[in-house]
Amino acid sequence: MLKIKDLHASVEDKEILKGLNLEVKAGEIHAIMGPNGAGKSTLANIIAGKEEYEVTGGGIHLDGEDIEELAAEERAHKGVFLSFQYPVEIPGVTVTNFMKTAINETRKAQGLEEMPAKDMLKKIREKSELLEIDRKFLSRSLNEGFSGGEKKRNEIFQMAMMEPKLAILDETDSGLDIDALRIVANGVNKLKGKDNAIVVITHYQRLLEYIVPDFVHVLYDGKIVKSGTKELALELEEKGYDWIKEEINA
Amino acid sequence: MELKDKLISSFLAFENTVDVDAPVHDIRSQAIKVFEEKGFPTKKEEAWKYTSLNAVLKHDYSIFPKEENALEFKDIKKFFLHDLDTYKIVFIDGKYSSHLSETTHDKIDVCLMSSALSHDKYKPLIDNYFNKVARQDGLTSLNTAFSKEGAYIYIPKNRLADKPIQIIHFSTGKESAQMLQPRNLIIVEENSHVQIIERHQSLTNNPVLTNSVTEIFVDNRAIVDYYKIQNDNEQASLIDNTYIQQQAQSVASVHTFAFGGNMTRNNLNFFQQGEGIDSILNGITIIEGKQHVDHNTLVHHTEPNCESHQDYKGIFDEKATGVFNGKIIVNKEAQKTNAFQSNNNILLSDKATINSKPQLEIFADDVKCSHGCTIGQLDENALFYMRSRGIGEKEAKALMMYAFANNVLESVKIPQLKTRINKLIANKLNVNIGFDL
Repeated sequence: MLKIKDLHASVEDKEILKGLNLEVKAGEIHAIMGPNGAGKSTLANIIAGKEEYEVTGGGIHLDGEDIEELAAEERAHKGVFLSFQYPVEIPGVTVTNFMKTAINETRKAQGLEEMPAKDMLKKIREKSELLEIDRKFLSRSLNEGFSGGEKKRNEIFQMAMMEPKLAILDETDSGLDIDALRIVANGVNKLKGKDNAIVVITHYQRLLEYIVPDFVHVLYDGKIVKSGTKELALELEEKGYDWIKEEINA
Repeated sequence: MELKDKLISSFLAFENTVDVDAPVHDIRSQAIKVFEEKGFPTKKEEAWKYTSLNAVLKHDYSIFPKEENALEFKDIKKFFLHDLDTYKIVFIDGKYSSHLSETTHDKIDVCLMSSALSHDKYKPLIDNYFNKVARQDGLTSLNTAFSKEGAYIYIPKNRLADKPIQIIHFSTGKESAQMLQPRNLIIVEENSHVQIIERHQSLTNNPVLTNSVTEIFVDNRAIVDYYKIQNDNEQASLIDNTYIQQQAQSVASVHTFAFGGNMTRNNLNFFQQGEGIDSILNGITIIEGKQHVDHNTLVHHTEPNCESHQDYKGIFDEKATGVFNGKIIVNKEAQKTNAFQSNNNILLSDKATINSKPQLEIFADDVKCSHGCTIGQLDENALFYMRSRGIGEKEAKALMMYAFANNVLESVKIPQLKTRINKLIANKLNVNIGFDL
């Protein structure tokens, strides 16, 4: 589904990704771990189409199509979803209206009719129940005054609404207490199927107890330097990243 | 001939068309002298530092409409709030159109300035109110000198105007360039309430300059909601001079929606004369091209325990220029005044300009006055966030601009008007967002 080959990217002439390779197939969950500043969020933002990053080499293919030239919204229309590390507050636009606009704009781009209001409301109800979100919450301005945990839960609610093919969760676990973590993880697991894939970017192993990855990758200095199965995450939790740095520098 | 000279020499011809024995005419004669002395304001005056009238004044305007021009309702329907039952006072090239209007004398008076000035029945009110709150500056005096036609609205005490009133001025462009000087007088007595919507609309690309004066008297506990829709074409300029005098516990609000026109200057003045008054000044400005909008507001607090709330939002694209100058005066007697002012602006292009200037003159010591001004661009992170959810760039920008202007829109009390303003904004931003904010 997602194929990243020898990806080089920089921001303001500073190279951040230095030849990154990653392949994610439908039905898989991948975890990307790594120390601060390794390029994890950069990778997430580049896949989602943030323009301030400049891709200087290599490429990103989604279902065989090069998506590098596509705008963020076009990638979303093709099923790419990014759960933001820092969701943006948008005063004056309610969660419900934002989701209606997002879904109908996406449907329009896919050549579909707008979703009937009744279906939309039903879907909003189902998905908000899945994430245990209070109805009142949905008529508040998007992310405005939300706690860190509410913002993250709202991200996964949006993911549930958009039903993406490829979801990238950028540090979704940060700022979550254990109950919220369980709710979010439960939501993510319910959304997973054989036709979609999830990339979990995280610092800690904690989330991976609930969202169990098929593969774990270590991103260090702009490259994937080590890949393994979920046991690798446990090893990283126990030993930190220094041994990997030593392995590489050796 | 310079426009100033042309206007002064036209005054003699004007006198042939009005009753020179009426007391009002003394006021006019006095006013033309003031205009002769003061003339048009220039950039040398502090209050006009950022707005030049030079380009606007160089056209050879016709001062009086030569003939009566007619319009068919179907051709101009879209400029009315037609899905709402209202009174209508409609002018075509400065002349009253009875055909398009719907006036009343049933319990309230919604009619013409020309009849109010010429019938004895109105004389006591005219004597009491006409030109009593308007300032004696050059532009206002010019309007006073030629005051003859406009809207006259009188709501006696304990009356609720049963429907909103629309005041609409059309220019047909039959003259190559035209100057219009409507004069409105609105008197709302104790405990009464009225809602008014005012619009100026030019129908061709011939230059139009409107120098309008509106006096509004709001008696004890009365409520006035006034909405100004300024969405004219790029050859139409408007100088709007509005003077509001409020008595105790009255509430007056003016919303100004400045979406178009060549040069628009709003001189909006509130004079409070009692306790427990609330004055509300809200505005949304969205302009582009080389359009210029200048909001010059004054709120004068003279008695204790009063409030004023100003909230102006501006969005400027291309080479558009905006000015906000908000003056608040709190007299020494006006203790416990709450005066708030906020002016937020978004510049969408490197060439757009806004000059924002709060001016607070506070002589009382126990007051709450705050003012805030922001100038910024659209937040790139917020745009990326929305786009990553499948919302296109144009729509995402529009959504952010809607959200930016939303709290001003929310305070519009006529639902059909709110819907209309929403549509005007959507048209301007060239998007169709599937909901009203």
